[in-house]
Amino acid sequence: MFRIVRKKQLNESVILFDIDAPFIARKAEAGQFVIIRADEKSERVPFTIADYDREKGILTIIFQKIGGSTMDLARYGEGDMLSDVVGPLGVATEYVENAKKVAVVGGGVGCAIAYPQAKKLYGMGVEVDLIAGFRNKDIIILEEEMKAVSTRLHICTDDGSYGYHGFVTDKLKELIDGSEQRFDEVIAIGPVPMMKFVCQVTKPYGIKTIVSLNPIMIDGTGMCGGCRVTVDGKIRYACVEGPDFDGHKVDFNELVKRNSTYYEAEKQHVCRLMGGGANG
Amino acid sequence: MADMSLNKTPVAEQEPEVRAKNFDEVTLGYSAEKAVREARRCLNCKSRPCMNGCPVSVRIPEFIAKVAEGRFEEAYDIIKSTNSLPAVCGRVCPQENQCEGRCVRGKKGEPVSIGRLERFCADYMRGRELEPKKPVPNGHKVAIVGAGPSGLTAAGDLSKLGYEVTVFEAFHTAGGVLMYGIPEFRLPKSIVQYEIDSLKKQGVNIMTNMVIGKVLSIDELFEMGYEAVFVGSGAGLPRFMGIEGEGLVGVYSANEYLTRINLMKAYKKDYATPIIKSQNVAVVGGGNVAMDAARSALRLGAKKVYIVYRRSMEELPARKEEVHHAMEEGVEFLTLNNPVKLLGDEQGRVKSVVCRKMELGEPDESGRRSPVAVEGSDYELKADTVIMAIGTSPNPLIRSTTPGLEVNKRGGLIVDDSEATTKEGVYAGGDAVTGAATVILAMGAGKKAAAAIDEYIRNKNL
Repeated sequence: MFRIVRKKQLNESVILFDIDAPFIARKAEAGQFVIIRADEKSERVPFTIADYDREKGILTIIFQKIGGSTMDLARYGEGDMLSDVVGPLGVATEYVENAKKVAVVGGGVGCAIAYPQAKKLYGMGVEVDLIAGFRNKDIIILEEEMKAVSTRLHICTDDGSYGYHGFVTDKLKELIDGSEQRFDEVIAIGPVPMMKFVCQVTKPYGIKTIVSLNPIMIDGTGMCGGCRVTVDGKIRYACVEGPDFDGHKVDFNELVKRNSTYYEAEKQHVCRLMGGGANG
Repeated sequence: MADMSLNKTPVAEQEPEVRAKNFDEVTLGYSAEKAVREARRCLNCKSRPCMNGCPVSVRIPEFIAKVAEGRFEEAYDIIKSTNSLPAVCGRVCPQENQCEGRCVRGKKGEPVSIGRLERFCADYMRGRELEPKKPVPNGHKVAIVGAGPSGLTAAGDLSKLGYEVTVFEAFHTAGGVLMYGIPEFRLPKSIVQYEIDSLKKQGVNIMTNMVIGKVLSIDELFEMGYEAVFVGSGAGLPRFMGIEGEGLVGVYSANEYLTRINLMKAYKKDYATPIIKSQNVAVVGGGNVAMDAARSALRLGAKKVYIVYRRSMEELPARKEEVHHAMEEGVEFLTLNNPVKLLGDEQGRVKSVVCRKMELGEPDESGRRSPVAVEGSDYELKADTVIMAIGTSPNPLIRSTTPGLEVNKRGGLIVDDSEATTKEGVYAGGDAVTGAATVILAMGAGKKAAAAIDEYIRNKNL
């Protein structure tokens, strides 16, 4: 059993858990993930590691209530026990050697995962442009934290209610075109369409772009094959070979479709949690 | 005088049309009276050919003699002295290729039903068994990676010898393939849990949610004071055919399909894990895993379930009983058929399998006649779910994080005759070594490794 030692609501639908998981915290690296099964009847759900404190043995995850399982998880509070937390899984992000300038792009709750990437790179002395996109001002998360781990933080909102008015891709393109010194690498984490469009922006410039994929998964250790994605025309397993891949080679359209496999079942799960009938 | 009837004493089973709609156990097992009757068919021959067919050397004629006398507890003790998981083996071993395949009675008529008798003893004693005695500790620690059949067997044997044994399991539940792979209707999970609990009572420590190679490396286990490590990390990445359309929605590996059902209980309404409710299911492959997937699909309500297998019925590697049960339940066998591509609809969901008819040619290196495509025979088989059950390749997690551990070209850990790997103090067995094989072979390897580990540690501490 794993105790939730701190719970913090970051915005209306995004929640942070600090979990007492000393074994995992000792080994966790940016880019890796854990799988959580809240109780006996829950799904096993993967969450990318948002932060860790090796000394205190604390693992941090940040998640958005988007489906049945995350809504379920959101009901847990400080002091509650989670049945199972396993990790750290996947391969830690591998950065371009001797990178001097990197753009880290986060979309929505993906910023929670962009944060440890920026933190790691910034700590290594890399010049970091952190581009964080949100629909509007009300759902901005981790602004102070992100500011502390980046050379320049660019917050973008779709509706212009805060920061830069526009999408992260627009901002990224501006930064690429507006500076003499090119980015050695771009790291994009967020909704699949966002990652896809970031890759479309960087491809003509030939800037290496790493994306963190979020396919359906069960065991997370290379057994079930549910997380397979097509990269460069070949089957790759996100759990043991990823979750990071070269974004210019990922078949995003297939990923979007595969991630929708249980869309109908998910709607019913949410209905049950909301107290509605199966068709409610 | 032995009972000379030519056929096995029949065993009760759920009726095919009933059981194809539920996940309850298919074979109901012998009553005490039937067990005694079947046991009396054993000739108790001196040469004991049956025992040579058993990877864990169960003293078969001895236990059967006790069953014939109605002394079930003694029979059970004899089995248990060499086999840590009798209730499991009695249910899932391919007896026709092992003990029963060598039974003298099988030369004329059917062999003695050794599997059913083993199962009977284990079922009879469940709940009647006394608390196992905790062995006297010998002061040495051994780590086991993976709580599947090989790991549990090694753990059981080593703990009996007095070792302090810790099993590290990646999943949230111990049991490995017995829990995630083999379905409830063939091996009830409560029975697996009972066997695991009795190992725990014997003193085996099991830590779940521990992925060795990630959270701890093998070298760190040695630093923690474990003097030897057994790696039984099991099956790895599922194989796909490499044909067009395997990324479509509705295409599963058998591992994923079965794990959703068995481990995550997707067939039960109150569990959160979803699974596709299919109408027409094509299962590609001919092994036990393919049969399990096909029969599970029927039970989830599929109207049509096909086994698509590129060789003929004769080469089908699955256990005979499973094939027979699958046919009775209505699974259709499309043998000499090979998928060449999968077609999808506009939403990216699989809608059919393009199959090519095959015919048998010359025998290949495995001795099986290899299938050859019949030109121009392609046709479309309607399927909204396709399950690939064509094997696995060993898991990369441990080999990639353990310096000194060598693997063969297929990725399996290299071991010698005593299951010792190329790294000192590290032993391995089961699918991690052989690639996809059977529960009992894995158990045999675990047993051999346990003996070798005992010898290694004793020599080291001389």
